[in-house]
Amino acid sequence: MKPPPFRYAAPTSVEEVLDLLAANADAEPRVLAGGQSLVPLMNFRLAQPGFLIDLRLVEALTTLRTERDVLVIGAMVRQSAVERSSEVALAAPLLVEALGYVAHPPIRNSGTVGGSLAHADPSAELPAVALALDAELLTAGPSGTRTIPAAEFFRGPFTTALEPGEILIEVRIPRREGVGGYAFVEFARTHGNFALVGVAAVIEMEKDIVTGASITLSGVASTPVRAAAAERALAGTSADAATIKVAVDAAADELSPAGDLHASTATRTDIARSCLRRGIQLALSRAQDRR
Amino acid sequence: MDKYDITFIVNGRSSTVSVEPRKLLVDVLREDLGLKGTHIGCEHGVCGTCTVLLNGRSIRSCITFAVQADGAEIRTVEGLANGADLHPLQDEFWTKQGLQCGYCTPGMLMRACEIIEQNPDPSPEQVREGIASNLCRCTGYQFIIEAVCAAAGRMRGEEQRPDQATMPTEAKS
Repeated sequence: MKPPPFRYAAPTSVEEVLDLLAANADAEPRVLAGGQSLVPLMNFRLAQPGFLIDLRLVEALTTLRTERDVLVIGAMVRQSAVERSSEVALAAPLLVEALGYVAHPPIRNSGTVGGSLAHADPSAELPAVALALDAELLTAGPSGTRTIPAAEFFRGPFTTALEPGEILIEVRIPRREGVGGYAFVEFARTHGNFALVGVAAVIEMEKDIVTGASITLSGVASTPVRAAAAERALAGTSADAATIKVAVDAAADELSPAGDLHASTATRTDIARSCLRRGIQLALSRAQDRR
Repeated sequence: MDKYDITFIVNGRSSTVSVEPRKLLVDVLREDLGLKGTHIGCEHGVCGTCTVLLNGRSIRSCITFAVQADGAEIRTVEGLANGADLHPLQDEFWTKQGLQCGYCTPGMLMRACEIIEQNPDPSPEQVREGIASNLCRCTGYQFIIEAVCAAAGRMRGEEQRPDQATMPTEAKS
């Protein structure tokens, strides 16, 4: 199908975007980043914004830079640019690995990291990565800017902490150069399609002992979730095979993913178990290689 | 509904069109510019037959509004051949039977352009991975992969034109 009519603007500053959102609040306005989720929804007429505000000319949102301890990704930075960035490869290799699973290159040439986070699909890779990396989301709205930790940003399927009239302007990821090992693994029936389950893992080690673990899952709840039980089970151990099994079982016990036509609750939990084990093992081996 | 003037360069030629913001890039290319080489398949970004190059990068023109391409440089399948001379990719698709019904072909060709531009010497495995973004229901992909590898070789200047090597020339007349 084709989208129903809407009004359109392509402003050049964040202030103008916020003004347009406020002035057209009655028209159910939406902001357009890469459009790789929103435009299909509009083609299906599942989303029918009356006013579309295109962010492509807002120069301030195109920044990709490293500050002292933080990697800063502007809301309009395309996924393919993040994937190719040597800065990101050093500061957040987990993000680069996960991007390889996000649809296909032509989608990533248009799609943005910020757009994927603001879209908040519970099956998507990047929200789970943002949670695992303790990213912060910088937003701008009528009452100024605020910083929202990823742990508080995702509220439900396609639902975030963004208020009406507020937009995501930057993703801020703590740099992890030379710290520990990372892994992103997922299971999808078809390469490039949405995965049934994904796991993001970051594991830090000192002298063969796990000093910190950050492990998250996508596809098993209405938001990305932290595998807190696995993190606790690994901390302070040498993470041998028996400990990994305990950690995986503990995390899986806390899950109760909804079943759907793609996979039942039991199947999805089983796949989560397998992805957790693979993710933890890969992150551990990379952490060990680093020493 | 208000129309919006956009100016972009399509296959080297500057065009200005007045379009509704809701009009998809693929529809503007086909209907407003008459470039029917770019096909519409699924209309939600899954099949890849609408793939065109925007500023050199492959994108889905069915999930891109034409207004988003304002100021951009677009290349479509019509921009590949030089007059009657087929682009090496087109020539190899023909010779190696990289198409049957032809529906996916424009998207496959444009995606292959980007693959070769980013890696002039792709392995069959890299091409297989690269074209995973585009669906073909006829060929089983194998002949497409062979065609892309052969075209990449010719574009590197390493291999002969197929009609000068193994294929009889009358097959093309």
